[in-house]
Amino acid sequence: MSPTYLGMPGLPVYGDGNLHASEAFPAAARRELGNAQLRANLGHATHTIRDKRLRVVAELPDWEDLREAGSAIKASVMARLPELLEEFEKNFTARGGIIHWARDADEANGIVRDLIRDAGADEVVKVKSMATQEIGLNEYLEEQGISALETDLAELIVQLDHDKPSHILVPAIHKNRAQIREIFLREMPDVDPDLTDTPARLAEAARLHLRRKFLSAKVAISGANFALADTGTLAVVESEGNGRMCLTLPDTLITVMGVEKLLPSWTDLEVFMQLLPRSSTGERMNPYTSLWTGVTEGDGPQNVHLVLLDNGRSAALADEMGRSALHCIRCSACMNVCPVYERTGGHAYGSTYPGPIGAILSPLLTGITSEENASLPYASSLCGACYDACPVKINIPEILVHLRSEDVESRRGTTKVPGQMDVAMKAASWVMGSGRRMALAEKALPLGKLAAGPDRKIKKLPGMAAGWTQSRDIPAPPAQSFRDWWAKEHHDPGSEEHTELEEKA
Amino acid sequence: MKIALFATCIVDAMYPSTGRATVSILERLGHDVVFPAGQACCGQMHLNSGYFPEAVPVVRNHVEAFEAQDYDVAVAPSGSCVASVKHQHAMLARSIGDADLETRATAVGARTYELSALLTDVLGVTDAATQLGSWYPHRITYHPSCHGMRLLRLGDRQADLLRTVEGLELEPLPEADQCCGFGGTFSLKNSDVSSAMLADKNANIAATGAELCTGGDASCLMHIGGGLSRQGSTISTLHFAEILASTRDNPAPAPDALRGPARKTAHTTGKAG
Ligand code: SF4
Repeated sequence: MSPTYLGMPGLPVYGDGNLHASEAFPAAARRELGNAQLRANLGHATHTIRDKRLRVVAELPDWEDLREAGSAIKASVMARLPELLEEFEKNFTARGGIIHWARDADEANGIVRDLIRDAGADEVVKVKSMATQEIGLNEYLEEQGISALETDLAELIVQLDHDKPSHILVPAIHKNRAQIREIFLREMPDVDPDLTDTPARLAEAARLHLRRKFLSAKVAISGANFALADTGTLAVVESEGNGRMCLTLPDTLITVMGVEKLLPSWTDLEVFMQLLPRSSTGERMNPYTSLWTGVTEGDGPQNVHLVLLDNGRSAALADEMGRSALHCIRCSACMNVCPVYERTGGHAYGSTYPGPIGAILSPLLTGITSEENASLPYASSLCGACYDACPVKINIPEILVHLRSEDVESRRGTTKVPGQMDVAMKAASWVMGSGRRMALAEKALPLGKLAAGPDRKIKKLPGMAAGWTQSRDIPAPPAQSFRDWWAKEHHDPGSEEHTELEEKA
Repeated sequence: MKIALFATCIVDAMYPSTGRATVSILERLGHDVVFPAGQACCGQMHLNSGYFPEAVPVVRNHVEAFEAQDYDVAVAPSGSCVASVKHQHAMLARSIGDADLETRATAVGARTYELSALLTDVLGVTDAATQLGSWYPHRITYHPSCHGMRLLRLGDRQADLLRTVEGLELEPLPEADQCCGFGGTFSLKNSDVSSAMLADKNANIAATGAELCTGGDASCLMHIGGGLSRQGSTISTLHFAEILASTRDNPAPAPDALRGPARKTAHTTGKAG
């Protein structure tokens, strides 16, 4: 058992694992945009879930109050996290559970490996879990000669295809039925060669494949949606029941959970059990909610372990503006409404966490100076749809802007030569910091006509503006600014002074 | 009522006719419009791009220009600029620890309105045809911009006003609440994604069969219009203020005239000074 550490470390420890993009977002996005099948699959799937979610959310007259409550509970958890973790540890341990603390991905992976070896297993079944994806547990175990089988249908599809999930709730959202049938035929031993792509037949094939594993596995690995401090209880919310098989059949159960998943008490769970299913799958209630508190002699797993994962969460918590990103309950509502996610898909974000929450969470966990991740906060038009959808009211646009400013500041500190954007912003700041300078700058605008063609449209601009003119024209500027017109029209001495009233149309 | 106009930088420099239309509407309702000459820009571009220190002088200038004037309310024909004034200025002041600027920015923000909110909530305009003489006999569709819709919660105010314009046919826009992909510097930094969003928006606009797309933000309309123009579409764009300001005597340009080479300007206030 690794040593217990409580409280926030003096210096933030940034997270590691599958949280780093390997290329900047614009480049990754360009590649994904070229995949027409991906766009069609994603557009169809996100629209379906989006509409379902809107319908079931509209049924609750107190939805806004629930969101407010969810947000307030999470904020109070963040404010007293060390104390709640201690309370949880005491109660979990008192009921026969064993707690392990992991500072980062490496520590967590090592702890899980040792526990599996102690149980004498070389094969484990897994409940769908974001935390284990974040730390790259499956890949790590494979290197160690332990095979980890995903039992969630969509996770299984992605795993069989040697692909990566592209959505936190619907990991195979980028694949359609025909593609799934091909994967099963290719990768599942003993599959019926006459398998069709009807959902029932595909589900049946997966069920037969998994059942054998459930019955033989000695160790299961899960994540957790919630941990209740007052009783030391863990909770997993799922749709298929495979999670419950894993949580009850094997003898050893290892849960890996981020420290932020805590809730003070059972009564708080009520709020989240209304918020989560409606926001994620658009259902009033999810089919399976499993809760377990330690060990029950002769029933269920007899060795119950919990790995409490930091992996950058302390660093995120130390960021006053970004902290609320830790409120996230991984419902995926934000990505289902995000126009950028809808067109680029999850892989473009390069992290376990895609979409709007990924664009803030990955840089918060790893630090904004992590080069490719620094492009993530710009992967948004700030349309605000994510904030509206988020059941715990994380103000994602505000945090995006905050992280952009962190990025600008961090580059200011390191780069010697300012980029085009830096120069333009500085110049614009000078011009726009005074009505008089603005008026003077507008005098030069008619020069823009020189750049315009005979149809008075600008079709090609150099430098960073080239991206704009790749698909859009810009109208030629007018002969007279509004300010000039006003001064002339109203003989306004104030404006006259500012515009010098010379018309050069 | 004495109303201070915040023309916004893009209207001032690129779409002066939208500013003139706003003045015309307010004066027609019998109000006294003033133009605080020191104004320049709301600073949204700097703020949203993360250039906070560069945003400070811009925000300070806006606060100074508007608090110096004696007026009842301020108005801007732009949801996103009003959202910036209302939601971002005080936040920036707080982030640099300037409590004085925060108080002043909050005061300016509190009496700044987006045009349709001012017309509907304060000035009691319910029927543009009878109260303003608005006339624009064309088939149009309407794109509600994100910041007006989500940060200001403008709801149907702009569309409701448009519906009361004489002769106007308003075609519903499929997926109207989807972002057009502008997002300020997003359209430069993530130009490919922005273009993909724009392509979908413009396909939806084309599907309505409208001759023109209107909205409440000059920047979104510049983006949408720029894309339509590049595609060689016959659909043009025009700010909703210009449609409300359009009358039989002094009509706004028809959709086909708007996309032609020489864009005519119309509806001056008629006030000579
Ligand atoms: S940020 Fe909000 S909407 Fe997005 S996954 Fe997390 S809880 Fe859900």
